[in-house]
Amino acid sequence: MWSVIHKMGSPPWFYRFAGVFLRWCLPLALAGLLVGALWGLFIAPPDFRQGNSYRIIFIHVPAAVVALAGYYLMAFAGLVSLVWKIKMADTAMRAVAPVGGALTFIALATGAIWGKPTWGAWWVWDARVTSMLILLFLYLGVIALFEAYENKAVAARACAVLALVGTVNIPIIYKSVDWWYSLHQPASIKFTGESAIDSSMLYPLLLNIGAFYLTFACVVVLNMRAALMNIHRQSAWLTQELTHP
Amino acid sequence: MPSNRPTSRDLPGDNAWEGAPSSGALAYLGSQFNRHLRASLRRPGELLNPLVFFLMVVTLFPLGLGPAPEQLSAMAPGILWVVALLANLTVSGRLFVADFEDGSLEQMLLARHSLALTAMAEVMVHWLLSGVTLALVSPLFAAMLNLPSAGIPVLMVSLLLGSLCLSLIGAIAAALTVSLRRGGLLMSLLIIPLNVPILIFGVAAVSEAANGYNASAWLALLGAFACGGLVLAPLAIGAGLRISMDT
Repeated sequence: MWSVIHKMGSPPWFYRFAGVFLRWCLPLALAGLLVGALWGLFIAPPDFRQGNSYRIIFIHVPAAVVALAGYYLMAFAGLVSLVWKIKMADTAMRAVAPVGGALTFIALATGAIWGKPTWGAWWVWDARVTSMLILLFLYLGVIALFEAYENKAVAARACAVLALVGTVNIPIIYKSVDWWYSLHQPASIKFTGESAIDSSMLYPLLLNIGAFYLTFACVVVLNMRAALMNIHRQSAWLTQELTHP
Repeated sequence: MPSNRPTSRDLPGDNAWEGAPSSGALAYLGSQFNRHLRASLRRPGELLNPLVFFLMVVTLFPLGLGPAPEQLSAMAPGILWVVALLANLTVSGRLFVADFEDGSLEQMLLARHSLALTAMAEVMVHWLLSGVTLALVSPLFAAMLNLPSAGIPVLMVSLLLGSLCLSLIGAIAAALTVSLRRGGLLMSLLIIPLNVPILIFGVAAVSEAANGYNASAWLALLGAFACGGLVLAPLAIGAGLRISMDT
């Protein structure tokens, strides 16, 4: 376990690992996305109440799930970086933030597109919509704080503290927004029951969630590798990796 | 700005951060609290700033929404709390700036006691002079917005507890951005998402009370947040200040 963590902290090792990981996982992730999209769009049956408009669920739900998981991953990387001072964790944290923010945005945008035919409005101050909007702000805060510092090593530690504070706060934010919603607005709009989802829709949804996770991992590793190449552009090991792969 | 700011040397008998051997953590906290309190009281103009800001923004709402008393009284809890949040936002950005610029913060880092403790003294003074004064004056603003009188005691208590939470969160963001030249806009991006629960609890408490219901559950939630914040926020503030001084 420890030796794996120590290896993960070594830039040359990670560079080679990223190459192997991407060679196998990137095609798998893209295939998963393609199959999931085709299955969701053409094979899954239409919803008896929402017709075909529900099909956006196959993008909306995976994006939302991975966006939330991404914040926790970022905070965990921040913790590792603060406690064990592993530089690679800084890189990971920095790499997760824009991907997570983009997924949050995708979840919000697809939610708005889905909301127009279903709820009759692009934007509804629903509890989940509001929580996702705040999650987007949290991501933007981390990105903006990182960009504001000249010294990127200091920036990463500041972002780690911010991400941890956000992690402590996220459950409170979610709960408070739930209460706010139930207090201010009667529940006139309900999701069409997630637990009652039929297996003909559930399997493509699960496939899509898996594909989104894998794509997320690939993009993060790509980001990390790019950041590593930028940081170590003067290093001998990188020159050797690039000239004699 | 730093030139007319009283430093420890201007304040008689106050060299506690060098840590007299016999002074315990509490005595240290007390002496730091005194130092910040006296330094802040010598600039009474800055104390009035949040209150004046509050008054100005509260004046804008009837102008923007129309003077109908029923409409204003229905919106008063939300308006008062949002403006309180913004007033806190305008002042917490300056929280550690003076200490950072004149080098006091480095001395505190070298002190025997933890940086978090020193920072907490400053946050407490900040809360006392911005949040507590705002809570005490808030009935005036509530009257201007026609808040039902049943809501006023709860408004004061909720602002008292809520502004402590706002100050603690503001202090975390201030600690993380104190070394940045253009921290102002960044502060609002960092603070506002974290302040959402406090706003929700505070507004819910005041509107429940204004409508004649029992608001104690919401006040208890604010109190719980404040207690949790008092325990956890010093860790983040201390870490943030330490990071800021590494630049």
